[in-house]
Amino acid sequence: MNFRITENKQLTALVWSMVLEGEASGVVRPGQFVQVQLPGFYLRRPISVCQWDDTHIRLVYKVVGEGTDKMTTLKAGETLDILTGLGNGFDVDACGDRPLLVGGGVGLPPMIGLCEALIKAGKHPVMAAGFAKADEIFLQEEIEKMGVPFLLATMDGSAGVQGTVIDAIRGAEYDSVCACGPLPMLKALYEHAEVPGQFSFEERMGCGFGACMGCTVKTKNGYKRICKEGPVLDREEILW
Amino acid sequence: MVRDLSVTLSGVQLDNPVIPASGTYGFGQEFTPYYDINILGSLSFKGTTREARYGNPTPRIAECKAGMLNSVGLQNPGVDHVVAHELPELRKIFHKPIVANISGFSVADYVEAVEKLTNEEQVAILEINISCPNVHNGGMAFGTSPEAAAEVTRAVKQVATKPVYMKLSPNVTDIVSIARACEDAGADGLSMINTLLGMRIDIRRRKPVLANVAGGYSGPGIFPVAVRMVYQVTGAVQIPVIGMGGITTAEDVIEMMMAGAKAVQVGAANLADPYACKRIIEDLPRVMEKLGIEKLSDIQRV
Repeated sequence: MNFRITENKQLTALVWSMVLEGEASGVVRPGQFVQVQLPGFYLRRPISVCQWDDTHIRLVYKVVGEGTDKMTTLKAGETLDILTGLGNGFDVDACGDRPLLVGGGVGLPPMIGLCEALIKAGKHPVMAAGFAKADEIFLQEEIEKMGVPFLLATMDGSAGVQGTVIDAIRGAEYDSVCACGPLPMLKALYEHAEVPGQFSFEERMGCGFGACMGCTVKTKNGYKRICKEGPVLDREEILW
Repeated sequence: MVRDLSVTLSGVQLDNPVIPASGTYGFGQEFTPYYDINILGSLSFKGTTREARYGNPTPRIAECKAGMLNSVGLQNPGVDHVVAHELPELRKIFHKPIVANISGFSVADYVEAVEKLTNEEQVAILEINISCPNVHNGGMAFGTSPEAAAEVTRAVKQVATKPVYMKLSPNVTDIVSIARACEDAGADGLSMINTLLGMRIDIRRRKPVLANVAGGYSGPGIFPVAVRMVYQVTGAVQIPVIGMGGITTAEDVIEMMMAGAKAVQVGAANLADPYACKRIIEDLPRVMEKLGIEKLSDIQRV
């Protein structure tokens, strides 16, 4: 489906925000992703949805290779071919009244849409994020606008608590967790926070819609495709 | 003028020559959100083995300039599950003849899977994969020697009640000798080519991209190799050939048929764009008109 870029701006040295306009009703849950066809690349790029409404999708993406580097050169007015509404996303109903949302680096963007959905559902989420250093922080303004508690950590202590996001959440009160970030962060959180949890995983994908079996992982409930039955897995089914 | 897209493979009539290739289309379900899959000529389902398989560790996918590598390693739920669950579900959404893609690690594996699939009503063609580059002790080993290819062909033909198409590997010195061996052993047709063995290295991490180190290369980059091999083989055997390898456009379909293929399969293109087969099928009449082709089955090997 064709989407028109309405904004593509740099947030930090490596993180950018792109807003696209088009038929976005395919996105039904926070934590879903889209597959972006970039000119000159064979496979699409899976990128999580940060925020959306019926006619807009916001992607906050990190430059990690040639594809995402190319993405930064695209301008407002250009169009992109995008598959929307991919993956299962987070289950808002399965969250407790006070869920802790943990984003590590570029795992943070889907937590914004999730936080908005939880607030809309009458719940009281707490946000937590970890970054390497202060000048790598992004989306702080969005989090503050939502008026939720925000627990921040940086590895060098240049903002918030010094250490990992686990150091930031010590002592916090929550009844469930939702997380997206690097594997070591997810594992540390899994071990630290023994409450019901939903964890969003990354795998290198081929198609992104369940056809190629490129991203299959083993779980306690059998094999799951990160692009189809994932990217969000329930705490109870994860095999590390 | 109405263009005739129909083709016939060993007596099996297809409304058009476009068949999604095994391993790129699952059992059809993943494509129903994108279009009515009954526009396809047929469908070659996910490579099925006697036992269920997880396949290889991830990462299993590496992108290339003109295609991709995969080292999925024949992940599938096993033939019993396919017969009991996948085929009944497929029947609900797809009402055309299907191609059953079968892999094995021994001659007995192939025979048992064929026995369990050959009498399934919707199965019209048995496609015997002797060319998977991603599994050890089997798969491609049967497709890289004429003797072994012939042995599998003979064994499968003894139990098959449907036409048997042997799916050949391009990772050989002389594909014509393998094709001839299959024909002499009684194969009804050939499917070719499977993926080309390749490798990518992540230069930042200084490690292979794929956990399994090497994988099968597919996509537009292999199209000229596939055209050449289909042309060579169809010049040497009498049995029909389903041509595949990097087909992305309706023009590619015509080119593959001019190389001698009677029908085609579309693989990696489905993964890059779920609408690929729909686009190709819809484009075919226009391309035929441009080239003055009334019937696709009239296309002669150049």
